[in-house]
Amino acid sequence: MGTDEGKGMDRRGFLKLAGLGALGAAGLPAGWSLLQPGEALASAPAAARGGKRWAMVVDMRKGCPDDCRKCTTACHQEHNVPSFADETDPKRHEIKWIWKTAYHSAFPGNEQQFAREDLEHKETVVLCNHCEHPPCVKVCPTQATYQRPDGIVMMDFHRCIGCRFCMAGCPYGARSFNWRNPRAGLPAKVPNPAYPTRMMGVVEKCTFCSERLDKNLQPACVEACTEKLLAFGDLQDAAAPVRALLKEHFTIRRKPNLGTQPQVYFII
Amino acid sequence: MIYDKGKIFAGLAIFVGLVASPFWYNPVFGTGSAAPPEVQLPAAPAKCVLPRDEMRASHMQVIYDWREKVVRDGARTYPHPDGEDRPMSLSNTCLGCHEGKKKFCDTCHEYLAVQPFCWDCHFDPKEHV
Repeated sequence: MGTDEGKGMDRRGFLKLAGLGALGAAGLPAGWSLLQPGEALASAPAAARGGKRWAMVVDMRKGCPDDCRKCTTACHQEHNVPSFADETDPKRHEIKWIWKTAYHSAFPGNEQQFAREDLEHKETVVLCNHCEHPPCVKVCPTQATYQRPDGIVMMDFHRCIGCRFCMAGCPYGARSFNWRNPRAGLPAKVPNPAYPTRMMGVVEKCTFCSERLDKNLQPACVEACTEKLLAFGDLQDAAAPVRALLKEHFTIRRKPNLGTQPQVYFII
Repeated sequence: MIYDKGKIFAGLAIFVGLVASPFWYNPVFGTGSAAPPEVQLPAAPAKCVLPRDEMRASHMQVIYDWREKVVRDGARTYPHPDGEDRPMSLSNTCLGCHEGKKKFCDTCHEYLAVQPFCWDCHFDPKEHV
């Protein structure tokens, strides 16, 4: 027989009610806070992080002169990037911060049978894209690589343990691992003693010349390009020349479908 | 009752004597202790970022602190009490005054047998001019 209404609550009914009450007490505040307006910090744009947004625009229309390596040379001299340039070595080891590559290597997936012919043979400079959502930063177990408020994806070489997760994470191949002692690839008198080298077992990459930006200088590659094909500036500044370049020209970025929001733009 | 009492105690005495050799070797043979290093000080020691005693005791913490501030926070200048701010840089600020790694840093570090790994990456600018 059912419970008599007049006798009040039976044990089963009491337990049901108590369970519901406990769930409400614990769950309601949590649910309420989830519904609160707010923005996840990791996905906040640079403006919300209260910073600048450094970016580079590469003008590919004119194209680099054939054997020009001025930007690479300037960068690698500035940062004591070693060179193990023995082309015959089967285990050729290369450390690169900024380098030249073919159009179809830089922008895979853009191949068309009847595309503009000049693009087929075009080369462009590529470097770390200093992504808005950098996968390398997400995978770094020691926070040796991190994003600064101004958007630069920075490396703390002191903290790098050489696990190379970042190299697996980076879709652009912008990171190099020091398999050998980098000093062995440098002359006895290093090009720039004011800047350190790295040590064996550390990953390195472009830092957008953060040390030069602090002195109000342009990055070494931008300064070295005599053809003026590289432009660098703060995208948060509406009056910056890079903003004008992006406004006036059609630009593409490397692998934009990956959602990393690269900050190196190419005018094609 | 201990068997071979004589041999055991003689052996123990020799063992203790050998282990304690660092304590009696110099006084007994009169060799004296190693001469403390003579550190070459820069021409203007008063310009250092901290007083001499503090630097001597805690320069490693200062350098670690600078490293964190420069690399992680992007703060590059050290507010020097004399009003003349300096960049927080081992190669450029410290060795800008001091007589280089070999003449300054190594003198004490070798005496104390410590091997800091600063120089795996950083340079003594004077050795590369």
